[in-house]
Amino acid sequence: MKALRNYLNKVKPNFEEGGKLHAFRSLFDGFETFLYVPNDTARTGVHIHDAIDSKRIMSMVVLALMPAMLFGMYNVGYQNYLAAGTLAQASFFELFFFGFLAVLPKILVSYIVGLGIEFAWAQWKGEEIQEGFLVSGILIPLIIPVNCPLWILAIAVAFAVIIGKEIFGGTGMNIFNPALLCRAFLFFAYPTKMSGDQVWVANDSIFGLGNTLPDGFTMATPLGQIGQGAEVTASLNDMIIGFIPGSIGETSVIAIALGALLLLWTGIASWKTMLSVFVGGGLMACCFESLGMTPIAWYEHLVLGGFCFGAVFMATDPVTSCRTECGKWIYGFIIGAMAVIIRVMNPGYPEGMMLAILLMNMFAPTIDHFVVERNISKRMKRGGTK
Amino acid sequence: MANVIKLRKGLDIRLQGRAEEQKIQLKSNGSYALVPDDFEGITPKVVVKEGDHVRAGDALFVNKQYPEVSFASPVSGKVTAVERGERRKVLCVKVEADAKQEYVDFGKKDVAKMDGKAVVEVLLQAGIFGYINQLPYAVSTTPSTMPKAIFVSALRDKPLACNFDYEVKGQEQDFVTGVQALAKIAKTYVGIGKLSSLDAQLSALSNVEVNVFDGPCPAGNVGVQVNHLDPVNKGEVVWTIGDPTVVLFIGRLLNTGKVDLRRTVALCGSEVKKPVHVDMLVGEELSTLLSNSYDAAHHVRIINGNVLTGRQTSKDGFLGAHSSEVTVIPEGDDADEMLGWIMPRLNQFSVNRSYFSWLCGKKEFQADARIKGGERHIIMSGEYDKVLPMDIYGEYLIKAIITGDIDRQEQLGIYEISPEDFALAEFVDSSKLELQRIVREGLNILRKENA
Repeated sequence: MKALRNYLNKVKPNFEEGGKLHAFRSLFDGFETFLYVPNDTARTGVHIHDAIDSKRIMSMVVLALMPAMLFGMYNVGYQNYLAAGTLAQASFFELFFFGFLAVLPKILVSYIVGLGIEFAWAQWKGEEIQEGFLVSGILIPLIIPVNCPLWILAIAVAFAVIIGKEIFGGTGMNIFNPALLCRAFLFFAYPTKMSGDQVWVANDSIFGLGNTLPDGFTMATPLGQIGQGAEVTASLNDMIIGFIPGSIGETSVIAIALGALLLLWTGIASWKTMLSVFVGGGLMACCFESLGMTPIAWYEHLVLGGFCFGAVFMATDPVTSCRTECGKWIYGFIIGAMAVIIRVMNPGYPEGMMLAILLMNMFAPTIDHFVVERNISKRMKRGGTK
Repeated sequence: MANVIKLRKGLDIRLQGRAEEQKIQLKSNGSYALVPDDFEGITPKVVVKEGDHVRAGDALFVNKQYPEVSFASPVSGKVTAVERGERRKVLCVKVEADAKQEYVDFGKKDVAKMDGKAVVEVLLQAGIFGYINQLPYAVSTTPSTMPKAIFVSALRDKPLACNFDYEVKGQEQDFVTGVQALAKIAKTYVGIGKLSSLDAQLSALSNVEVNVFDGPCPAGNVGVQVNHLDPVNKGEVVWTIGDPTVVLFIGRLLNTGKVDLRRTVALCGSEVKKPVHVDMLVGEELSTLLSNSYDAAHHVRIINGNVLTGRQTSKDGFLGAHSSEVTVIPEGDDADEMLGWIMPRLNQFSVNRSYFSWLCGKKEFQADARIKGGERHIIMSGEYDKVLPMDIYGEYLIKAIITGDIDRQEQLGIYEISPEDFALAEFVDSSKLELQRIVREGLNILRKENA
């Protein structure tokens, strides 16, 4: 290990100002800090620092996404074999590896395009690489349908990173969640690739795994079925375990719950936001159910579609959500309620989570403003009476 | 029983190397220096020349804007150097101590018969008035405005701090005299810890209110105590004594008529072989204390003060005016730790549960001076507020300071804070921003604007 350190020390001057590889400084920096904790010591202020840093935080979120990703891969295989009617003959590994091969290119495209832009941007601005895209890069493949073409994905990722994040100043300054912005871009620019009933089940075999489905094969998500006025075919059990068609990572409530546990345990996601999303969604769905406006039970609204995934991984994004504790309650509640309202009352969109979160991303600073303003007016009053 | 104020926010960082409650005797090597930077916000004007002879209590330098505020020499001896840095900034005034100490006699005083003016007068004459700080701006105070109240924190709870209850033992009378004198100037609030024994003696004094602060660090920060008792509004001034030894200085002056800047210092930190307490004078050279106290082969950081708010110094540095500890920790710049972002890092302290220090009960940790991460924009929300037990939105205030929006800073309560209140926030910050520097610069700009 010492040899590696020595090697890094030896090549480091090449990447510094005036070195022949200076154009790759940000890349070298990124890898060096990835391999080794920087040895920089405090110059001002406190002399000791907590061991936490944004690399650790982002890694924890990526770790929390692993169950959803792995299950998503399995489910991609499951849906394909189920549609072809060959589920009974297929082994667990066949299902998983088919899904793995179907999902991996999306993850690679997302990371290569996104991180490529991040590295270039950091080089241009002379900054350190920000870790934010580690999370966005894995979130994006998990919230798109499996049949989304890679070239479209590449464009959307580039859009999300540049317009969604970098022009605002990078991770921590963005208004909208980049992963959701990516999905929104796809959703409105290429609606046929993102919704409907042809995109949710992988329909080509890969390396001999999987089945080629007949042209014109259709399979709608449960929410899609509701949107079309059809009967929901999936059982509640399947909805919770996740054996339903949908975006790659969003189907399994159990896998998402595992991730949620890690996020709440480490305190990286706010339990207040998460809980209030479910409360808001649940109450709103109850209302609609009692008014007879929705054909499914209120709890099915919470387990279907992107609701859980959005509540756990998207709404709790600390940068784009409310930053005051009181604001987090309001923010989460409105997201939950709004998602269900869009689902039930808008015939155009069977799913409302993405739009609800993006809408509230926009209003989060306003909510915070009023919370902080309360503190300010208290202070001003105090000054007046004394 | 005094009023108990319970605080829930905050963090006690458990570090190795707490000083034992015993004192070693130390023979000074005779070198002393008073450092103007220890008195925040003053512009020093040196009033002695090299070669002059001073007595303990004679002024070495004064505050240029308020020449009546002088700063007394801790010892009698010969002024050997006035060291200056860039742009002739005064770094320190060095005094070589005489074998036999002479003191300026300011006369014993009967505090009960003095009024506020007389107390201020005697503090100014004796050159210890500048040890009192003020809010707003968290600077050494001036006699131009009288405060609406005076706050003394007799609770030291920063990591490895020298316990004031231990220091004050045997000097209770001086402390009581000091508080009594301050109470003549304005209403005086004394904040104590729940184990303190000072309560009974202090409560008997008139114009003094004693409050017990029960909670994790920074409950002992005087700014936190002010925020809970009588917050500062725009245009108001309170005097703060976050370093309770200053009250002992005042008490000794009034009881004996001499300037006696002796204080108890904890020699602490994980690199110190035998962490103990020692009595030293303000400005005493640290080399006698530090020689052989740590392994010279290690790359260490010597801190004048505690790990949160102290200043980095060297082996031949001088004890700071407000330093109740001298801390020695590993520098850590040769650690070369691999893959820290995913390793369990069982030996490192963190508030975050992705590490395991929260499972370790009372285990004490060794901390080095590494920042352990790169500086980022503020990403996580609510980190600061968890360790800032004040009615203030820390994150918003920091942003207002960074953007230089003075109106917003005022609205968010900048007059109530000092840099040390953000020390713990700086420690826990996952974005690794230099919060104390940001706050200090913000306060300085504001002070200039308002002047």
